[in-house]
Amino acid sequence: MSTSVLLIVIAVLFVFSYWSGRGKAITSAQSIGGVQKLNSLPFYYGMLAVFWCAIPCLVLVSLWLIFDESIIQQLVVSQLPKDIIQMPQGEMTLLLNMVNNIASGISTASGQPVYIQDAANYLLSLRKSSHLAMSVIALSLAVCGLAIAWVKINPELRARKHVESVFKFLLLLCSCIAILTTVGIVLSVVFESIQFFNKVPVTEFLFGLHWSPQGAIRADQVGSSGSFGAIPLFAGTLLISAIAMIVAVPTGLMSAIYLSEYASKQVRSWVKPLLEILAGIPTVVYGFFAALTVAPIIRDTGDWLSGSWAFELMGMSFQVSSESALAAGLVMGIMIIPFISSLADDVINAVPQSLRDGSLGLGSTHSETIRQVVIPAALPGIVSGILLAVSRAIGETMIVVMAAGLAAKLTANPLESVTTVTVQIVTMLVGDQEFDSAKTLSAFALGLMLFIVTLTLNVYALHVVKKYREQYE
Amino acid sequence: MNTIEIECADESTNQSKNESDMKKVNTIELVNKNLKKRYRAERRFKAYGLVSICFALLCLVVLFTDIISKGHTAFFQTYIQLELDLDERVLDINDIRNKKQLASANYQGVIRQSLRTLFPDVKARRDKRKLYSLVSSGASYQLADQIKAQPTLVGTTISVFVLADDDVDTWFKSLDDAKPFTGRMSEKQLAWLEKLMSSESLEKKFNTTFFSNGDSREPELAGIKGAMVGSLFTILVTFLLSFTVGISTAIYLEEYAPKNLFTDFIEVNINNLAAVPSIIFGLLGLAILIGMFGMQRSIPLLGGLVLSLMTLPTIIISSRAAIKSVPPSIRQAALGMGASKMQVILHHVLPLAMPGMLTGTIIGLAQALGETAPLLMIGMVAFVVDVPGAFTDPSTALPVQIFLWADSPERAFVERTSAAIMVLLVFLISMNTVAVFLRKRLERRW
Repeated sequence: MSTSVLLIVIAVLFVFSYWSGRGKAITSAQSIGGVQKLNSLPFYYGMLAVFWCAIPCLVLVSLWLIFDESIIQQLVVSQLPKDIIQMPQGEMTLLLNMVNNIASGISTASGQPVYIQDAANYLLSLRKSSHLAMSVIALSLAVCGLAIAWVKINPELRARKHVESVFKFLLLLCSCIAILTTVGIVLSVVFESIQFFNKVPVTEFLFGLHWSPQGAIRADQVGSSGSFGAIPLFAGTLLISAIAMIVAVPTGLMSAIYLSEYASKQVRSWVKPLLEILAGIPTVVYGFFAALTVAPIIRDTGDWLSGSWAFELMGMSFQVSSESALAAGLVMGIMIIPFISSLADDVINAVPQSLRDGSLGLGSTHSETIRQVVIPAALPGIVSGILLAVSRAIGETMIVVMAAGLAAKLTANPLESVTTVTVQIVTMLVGDQEFDSAKTLSAFALGLMLFIVTLTLNVYALHVVKKYREQYE
Repeated sequence: MNTIEIECADESTNQSKNESDMKKVNTIELVNKNLKKRYRAERRFKAYGLVSICFALLCLVVLFTDIISKGHTAFFQTYIQLELDLDERVLDINDIRNKKQLASANYQGVIRQSLRTLFPDVKARRDKRKLYSLVSSGASYQLADQIKAQPTLVGTTISVFVLADDDVDTWFKSLDDAKPFTGRMSEKQLAWLEKLMSSESLEKKFNTTFFSNGDSREPELAGIKGAMVGSLFTILVTFLLSFTVGISTAIYLEEYAPKNLFTDFIEVNINNLAAVPSIIFGLLGLAILIGMFGMQRSIPLLGGLVLSLMTLPTIIISSRAAIKSVPPSIRQAALGMGASKMQVILHHVLPLAMPGMLTGTIIGLAQALGETAPLLMIGMVAFVVDVPGAFTDPSTALPVQIFLWADSPERAFVERTSAAIMVLLVFLISMNTVAVFLRKRLERRW
């Protein structure tokens, strides 16, 4: 029985348990004078039966599905000949992969050593029996639960109270997923980062000026020791984010001011949705736009300018990389404009009208009111909005993966190609990876840095916003 | 008062007055002096705002025109009309009812023969190979499908449109340009194409392949169906998980949660998760779901799981706002009639808050549909030719497909990438429109 069929059978069982629980309650109520004598509505008895039937069964199935594969793998390993078990970790992984591939029919067993074929067969039989055992135990648990519910249901049973508390508990459980996600993120980056920092000292990672993660493939290889100084990555990230901010902050802020202070209602109702479209465009589209349209334009303009007489006269010449930081930053800035403008719009609208009226009444012009009264009043909110935008720019991935370079250069020239933290994470983790190599692990260390920086920015920004909101409420 | 003002104004315009008189200038004078400047500043400031908005909208327009002008050609595909002599001997079929023979017949030979008869003067082996490469390698499959559907065609001569190679396609589409694209094609190939064109054997038809095929290394055979189905599966998983968990969390936090440290902790977590970069969720999927729980890579189930963790905060935050907007009087009325807490929530609060919740969910799902970075981390970038048929089949997603094609060197992939972007944008914009519509239609003002 495949897992999906099992789930369907279980689902049918749930429906059945609802109707049987409900039916039992109604029939048992008949002897004491009808449904109205029941402690709770028949619905609650049905639901109680479903909970009895479902909860143990589903918990078992999910635990089983999570853990069975690792237990099976361990059993297979313990079955292998002794001299093979003592093999180093890497070879063991390869061998297990081979066994898995044979078992799932991807590679053929012929030509492989006997113990591998045996292991593959053993794996298959284990999987089969595990699946069978899971189906049997899950179904019997469901039936047992149903039977218990059937026995327990009587007119005096306070079904409503039980059902409501289970309902509340389930809701609480769902709320905890947010905590679990955070814990999962922290665990996933922290553990691998600790492994990485065992291989590469923290100080080298944080303050090193050279980044070339390709480790030596052979021990005697020349010139590829792999160095993990992340400063060029941080610098590249900051450069691109700074360009993005130079584009986005004035534009976003000014459009928010215009929309909330000057624009007529009609203009507002047209422009706001259009800006929202800009915000809803996937980053991969921006990346494509940056790589195939903006970057060539910037490169050609640069070539044309550096070839023009003005620059020749000055004896200057420069080269624009086709993966320039400028292109990626510019497009990222366009992406962030609506983000800043909607956040700024919110805070500007939150500034009480009385402040504006007071200022206008004293004879200041509209723009003076905005510059000297509204903006200072909204400043904390605007600053936190900008901080959130910076955190977005730092964490943005697709635009830089597609439009920025791969080589880690320590430069402040926006016309050169730089690389960012996210680009490096993607290049190191996409495709085939060597597990436990410093190169792969460094991606998690970079992820940790990214998480810490964005988290700090967010916490601070949210704190400011909260404080600011309370001021005017 | 009035007269003084006029006098002052006169005085100030008069240059010959001495310094001591200038000190008598009053406030109104000062104001008037600067007024022009101030009005100019006012106009400038307003213009800055207008320019900013125009810049943002211009970006939007440029982006869309760029994508559409690059992508609209991909919806048409060049075909070459060939007279195919379906000779049994060339096809190597002696029994048209034998399915095996039909499947393994030499369809390529027929197409090649037809090309040779069109250009009898091509003799050298290298030239012949060049001639054959005008037709896509997928043309023989196309012919095979046609004959499998209608085996009686064997032995006859038919005129069919076969798929042209991507270079031919790009060349044919760029003929109107100042400098047509030639790519890797030689002079000879161009001459043959000119001849084909003069006999009106080249034709552009609607590109059905693009919507019915999976990915391919050959641009003319590449389609987005695999990616679209993969995206559909992924979004389905995301919807099921994030919607149920999201509204449950929102209900708990709004209706049940006591004001204590634990509740605050949950809220802080949700707010922070909302701003965590999406790539971090990919790392979570890679390290925990694949590394610890041993889930299979590149499957929609895993992709949906990761994306639902990512969209959860969005859905929770908007659902909470929707629940908050249901007035307490409704709850009190229901409680007063003897409803239990659960009944109040399920029968009264939820139905009233549902439009708001759905709006938030659709916006969250639209975000998830366009998300690429976390899917790269969990291996949904694999080259998948087959259209996935289940939640556990290896697959890719539409944005990832765009990313993959954008990296491909063939010129013909540029238009396909843009076309795929157009399809994605159509989905996203229609989802957002539905959300706006829902908000407008179903929202109740209390």
